[in-house]
Amino acid sequence: MFLQQFVNGVTLGAVYTLIALSFSLVMGILGVLNLAIAELFMIGGYFGFAVILAKLPLPVALLAGMAGAALVAAAIEKIGYQPLRNAPPVTPMLSTLGFSIILQNVATNLWGSDPLQLSEEVLSARFTFGPVSISAMQLVVLGATLVLVILLAFVVQRTSMGRALRAIAENRDVARLLGVSAGPVTLLAFMLSGALAGAAGVLISLHYAAITPYIGVEIGLKAIAVMVVGGTTRIWGALIAGPLIGIAEVMTTAYGGSQIRDFVVYGLMIAILLLRPQGLLGGPRSEQGPRV
Amino acid sequence: MMSTYYAGLLADVGILLLGALSVYVILATGQLSLGNAGFMGIGAYLTSYLTVTAGIPLTAALMMAAAASGLIGVVIGFPALRLKGIYLAMATLGFGEMVRSFFLNFEAMGGSGGFDGMRHVSLAYIWSWAAAILLLVAILERSQLWLEMRAVSDDETAAGLVGLNTTTIKVGAFGFAAAVAAVAGGLFAHHHVYIEPGNFSFERSIDFVLAVILGGSTVGAGALVGALLLVMLPEYLRFLAEWRFAVFGALLIAMLLVRRQGLLDRSLLGMFGSRRPA
Repeated sequence: MFLQQFVNGVTLGAVYTLIALSFSLVMGILGVLNLAIAELFMIGGYFGFAVILAKLPLPVALLAGMAGAALVAAAIEKIGYQPLRNAPPVTPMLSTLGFSIILQNVATNLWGSDPLQLSEEVLSARFTFGPVSISAMQLVVLGATLVLVILLAFVVQRTSMGRALRAIAENRDVARLLGVSAGPVTLLAFMLSGALAGAAGVLISLHYAAITPYIGVEIGLKAIAVMVVGGTTRIWGALIAGPLIGIAEVMTTAYGGSQIRDFVVYGLMIAILLLRPQGLLGGPRSEQGPRV
Repeated sequence: MMSTYYAGLLADVGILLLGALSVYVILATGQLSLGNAGFMGIGAYLTSYLTVTAGIPLTAALMMAAAASGLIGVVIGFPALRLKGIYLAMATLGFGEMVRSFFLNFEAMGGSGGFDGMRHVSLAYIWSWAAAILLLVAILERSQLWLEMRAVSDDETAAGLVGLNTTTIKVGAFGFAAAVAAVAGGLFAHHHVYIEPGNFSFERSIDFVLAVILGGSTVGAGALVGALLLVMLPEYLRFLAEWRFAVFGALLIAMLLVRRQGLLDRSLLGMFGSRRPA
């Protein structure tokens, strides 16, 4: 029972990790909270669902969800962030809120407010290891998350675009003086972030074999808590915080009661904000400031 | 005679106005709250408990709920207001969701099943509260305290250096806003005569913010314009019914891009004033 819940928690945690990375990419580099990420996650899920319903294979669904969400994220960057980039950080946050309202409304009108369900599971195979049973879809969620995190790490740490990202995060003005053009880098950060959120949406909706327009508010927003727990100034904190919160949530549901879990997760977020604003992995306080 | 339908809409406007004012007062100190639906929920449940279970008259119950919620606002405000900007916004978002989650588990008042038994209040009663608090905010806007709040918003360090107690000002604004949101909640509960935790979700907090930003975030009357806009626009533009949220989202973005202070601002208010016969 315990091990089984542990596995389920890690699966949910993997999805949280992806969305939290999506939040912290934009937050860590630009210092802006893109609230629309919660709904990009939902929209990505619907794109993936549409592909699966069209009888196309799972990798196509994943790519479609990522590409679709990345494109919407690009539009958000162009319309909602660029013109407001010199305003106080709360202003672009409000404009992304506008996009999240639009996305949820569009999804509700296009696909209805009732859950869409898959008639059969995408990958119905299950593997049993002693007391633990793990579905093929869970393995896909974990595997895809691992691959995406490695890819992201490669882009951020090893490519010239990634170096530009980190330079902008360190000090936007100095980076620009040294010849980094901020525009394309910002766009890249938004699109990478959108792709991660979209992937998370496809993975969770196929894992549950169902999707509603409200998963953005129910699951996506909670990834903000995951990001905060991991530390808003370093993107990799999410790698620890994602599984941690996923497991904590599944355990509270299994042994406490499903309703109390949001209370626990957001309570943890507020405690971290007040007591250790740099997050669990944030390092000393003197190092605060946008970092990747 | 006004139809019941329009009376219902106007009641919604009054309640939304109070919620928007609660966001406005916090915004005046330069902070954004994304969790005022939490205080609204506290007010709704507390007022309903007082009138239904304890049998206290509504006006007294509303005042008690406002005082209690204001106190909670102050207690929470002290630690929370060390956070600024986005971080405070995230913390208030978390607070709102925690309150919703708390009432979902609060079986003594129905849990997820909701709570009922309240007596319906008249539109005039709702609007006397809304008008009184709007007036109170208007008086506040002409006071020195307001100038101090604006100073904190413009430059907190400078405000502190000239001797203003910035913590007291911010926490006070937060407490006052919590009390106003609680009144909105109490009135909501006695207008709809049924409440459930889902009434006080993140979307509700967003409605408040929308009303302030669209209506005008630099004058209190902007909250009134915003509340009217949010409730009445879909009524007059029926074809919008399904797409109203998308339209409001787009309006929000457009407003931030071309007119960040919202529809109503001081110069526009001044124009209305001068046209009025003396």
